[in-house]
Amino acid sequence: MSAREDIMNRIKSALRDAPATPVVPREYRRTSDMTAAQRLEQLVDRLVDYKANVFLTPAGEAPARLAELLAGSASIVVPHGLPESWISGLENDGGTPAVHVDSPEHRLTTAELDAVDAVVTAAAVAVSETGTIMLDGGDDQGRRIISLVPDRHICFLNVDQIVEVLPEAIARLEASRPQTWISGPSATSDIELERVEGVHGPRTLDVVILT
Amino acid sequence: MKIALFATCIVDAMYPRTAQATVAILERLGHEVVFPAGQACCGQMHVNSGYFKEARTVVANHVEAFDTDDYDVAVAPSGSCVASVKHQHELVARRCGDTALEARAAVVGAKTYELSQLLTDVLGVTNAAEQLGSHFPHKVTYHPSCHGMRLLRLEDRQLNLLASVGGIEMVELPEADQCCGFGGTFSMKNADVSSAMMEDKAANICGTGAELCSGGDASCLMHIGGGLSRQGSEVGTLHFAEILASTLENPVTVTGEVKLAGSKR
Amino acid sequence: MSSNTFLGMPSLPVFGHGNLNATEAFPKAAHRELGNEQLRANLGHATHTIRDKRLKVVAELPDWEDMRNAGAAIKDATMANLPALLEQFEENFTARGGIIHWARDAQEANEIVTALIRETGETEVVKVKSMATQEIGLNEYLEEQGIAAYETDLAELIVQLDHDKPSHILVPAIHKNRSQVRDIFLREMPVVDPLLTDEPAKLAEAARRHLRKKFLSAKVAVSGANFGLADTGTLTVVESEGNGRMCLTLPETLITVMGIEKLLPTWEDLEVFMQLLPRSSTGERMNPYTSLWTGVTPGDGPQNVHLVMLDNGRTAALADEMGRTALNCIRCSACMNVCPVYERTGGHAYGSTYPGPIGAILSPLLTGIKSEENNSLPYASSLCGACFDACPVKINIPEILVHLRGEDVDSKRAKVKVPTQMDLMMKGAEWAFSGGAKLNLLERGLPLGKLAAGRDKVIKKLPGIAGGWTQSRDIPAPPSQSFRQWWAKEHKPGAAVVPGNTAEDAGNGSEGEQP
Ligand code: SF4
Repeated sequence: MSAREDIMNRIKSALRDAPATPVVPREYRRTSDMTAAQRLEQLVDRLVDYKANVFLTPAGEAPARLAELLAGSASIVVPHGLPESWISGLENDGGTPAVHVDSPEHRLTTAELDAVDAVVTAAAVAVSETGTIMLDGGDDQGRRIISLVPDRHICFLNVDQIVEVLPEAIARLEASRPQTWISGPSATSDIELERVEGVHGPRTLDVVILT
Repeated sequence: MKIALFATCIVDAMYPRTAQATVAILERLGHEVVFPAGQACCGQMHVNSGYFKEARTVVANHVEAFDTDDYDVAVAPSGSCVASVKHQHELVARRCGDTALEARAAVVGAKTYELSQLLTDVLGVTNAAEQLGSHFPHKVTYHPSCHGMRLLRLEDRQLNLLASVGGIEMVELPEADQCCGFGGTFSMKNADVSSAMMEDKAANICGTGAELCSGGDASCLMHIGGGLSRQGSEVGTLHFAEILASTLENPVTVTGEVKLAGSKR
Repeated sequence: MSSNTFLGMPSLPVFGHGNLNATEAFPKAAHRELGNEQLRANLGHATHTIRDKRLKVVAELPDWEDMRNAGAAIKDATMANLPALLEQFEENFTARGGIIHWARDAQEANEIVTALIRETGETEVVKVKSMATQEIGLNEYLEEQGIAAYETDLAELIVQLDHDKPSHILVPAIHKNRSQVRDIFLREMPVVDPLLTDEPAKLAEAARRHLRKKFLSAKVAVSGANFGLADTGTLTVVESEGNGRMCLTLPETLITVMGIEKLLPTWEDLEVFMQLLPRSSTGERMNPYTSLWTGVTPGDGPQNVHLVMLDNGRTAALADEMGRTALNCIRCSACMNVCPVYERTGGHAYGSTYPGPIGAILSPLLTGIKSEENNSLPYASSLCGACFDACPVKINIPEILVHLRGEDVDSKRAKVKVPTQMDLMMKGAEWAFSGGAKLNLLERGLPLGKLAAGRDKVIKKLPGIAGGWTQSRDIPAPPSQSFRQWWAKEHKPGAAVVPGNTAEDAGNGSEGEQP
């Protein structure tokens, strides 16, 4: 008998008392009562608590904000689907920093990614109650590796992408897409259970919320 | 109301004054107290030690003694014994395949109250000084025993009753919700860990500067008191029923040799 | 067969092996650990910190109890329908290019993982913290096979560098304080700044440098999984540092080892568990990183994705009707963080990979109560119930502890001929408590105890197992008569006073009966 069959039989034997399947009571909050302004405020509060840098920026000023954030950076990587307009400010500025575009046709190597100063991505959705930003590998977010290896992650978020509670985000996400949920820069609580920011993932997380 | 007293084995044998105090309080409120003579023990020592077969005998005896229409409600001055009656008895019967006992145990369990539960929820006592004449001019801290707190969800019932006693000064016990380390036979089987827990509890009690630590379970109080006594501390333990029963005219005296609840004063 | 109805012969439970056993009885191990002052200080500090954090973030949610109720029901439903859910998961995961392997026990799982690594031609793997691989002793097995496994979680790294064993499921190095960690790094890391301080941020940075090259060049990673979602075939890893993301994203080959009980029926269920888990474990609103993957994503992450589904005693635990809810555990560690026993003994005293309250039930359920010293584990609790209150999926740990004590007593009844002291005590008490008259008879002996107590009115030493009590606690002198005797002889209905409150002898009420 294969291990699979064997285990299946063991399970069925273990369940021969036919335990009942309870109806799952879903009385927890599944939708938000908050206004958009409240959600925004809550998200900012959480992100700051996690030691992320948060910038509220009118949508039209995204390029200028990015240029400001990247002043002094030598090179960045962006996913191929990132809105052109966001990085337009950079290119007008004499081509610094160097912008590497990661695309299905041209994938950056790990070493190349390790050499850039920052990655700029969009996001799929954000949960204000927990301060979580979800990436789902969309064209404006790119492969998982590009938002991982660079030491700084600049993440753009539209204000209408903010939901309050996790169930609202789950409803918006598609399970089968590769996802990374991010709540602040990398951190550890492994030494005396004290949270310190900055381990293997990006040590700096900048969140630009376009209002 | 006709109230059946379940004294519990430890109070019956070691701390009769706690049961006498319980009777006094209930009589003071004008109720009739009866004592079903067949009673012995709730059996939790057996259950908690894994001796289900033996526990069944003890549970059956309790159910036999209390499954009558001879009283309105039953009361015990112990959170953990009431928790056993309410939560363990059916389980024991079920594990031993005794469905008849299981059904009767459920009936008895539903009629049984812990003392502070009965006083607060059924008899409407909110102010011990006014309604019971309770008077106890001492500095007291309070340890909420685990089973009362977590199995019966007594919340602040005992504490509130104590706080309403005339002349009393209550001081808060740090880390009050931490187990004292008694745990029945745990205190023997894992004596080292149990002692370590007791020592921390005793240190917290002594740190309050209280004269006494009160609580609602004679077994925990015996454990804590036994530790304090061994350490040579002057701080004693006393069941909250005895404090409620104490009046200006008939006070519990706490001078001299008060080391352990119920021991000779 | 895809229905849940079992048609074959019921089989005997097959127990698990690996790092699941206490090697000495708990009281003995606890005695040793209690003597370690540093350990107690470290544990006391850490558990109190995490308790406060957990309480704070749990109190923030108005629907925490609703979430717990949902979580418990979802896991109960999972167990009740496990065969169908496993099949569903398998179908979805494989449809997207993942490969599933099944392992009856630790040995089989180790062999599968080794063979998969061999196929890649690599001799090094990076690992993200996983309880399942610790349970099966994968690192040791791989080492024997000439494969080096590098733990990448900071706490696991500390433990591995120190050649120590984890003592906590979430924070395996909880027994080490910061200066101990610094000393280990200075001693064991090949390249390290000799001026390294014990500031946690500096220590984290040292770990980053130590592992960076390994991550960027690793070809094979081994992980565990927190959840597997049956209706989508999705796996989840919850972490903080980004080492998980590194392992799950950079290598070409990813091998995940997951217990069969880790499934949740639907994607939607994740909304419950991703609220319950972070708040219960690290006391955060959300952990820094969560990764989700479903089979292979072309062009993104590992292209060679394996999953080993592990039994190793889980089916035996499932067969125990009173104990099976222990499989609902999501390994948050809240129960150990609030446990007064764990707080004082630490995790090593439990022997098994799973310490604390959950370990005290899960280990003997997986191995069988008769396995080595695991029958001492269910007694490692005062039954205070703090674990049950903290558990996000409402596992009634105290009740299962008591159930397993019963299993232990019964298993010994079957073989032991000479009754133990405990047996005799329980037998005696059964007799005494089987009727009021019998207890009364016994209570007539109380004055003897009073005599034994002597002039200081306390008993300071008892023989046998009761001596455990008197090692640190006195027993009060018993009263001269029991309540029962007083009631029969002296109670005057309606007197409403406590006899003898002011009298010399508490047991004799005559002076106290003034109105
Ligand atoms: S038993 Fe409950 S509290 Fe303990 S680790 Fe498992 S889920 Fe968490």
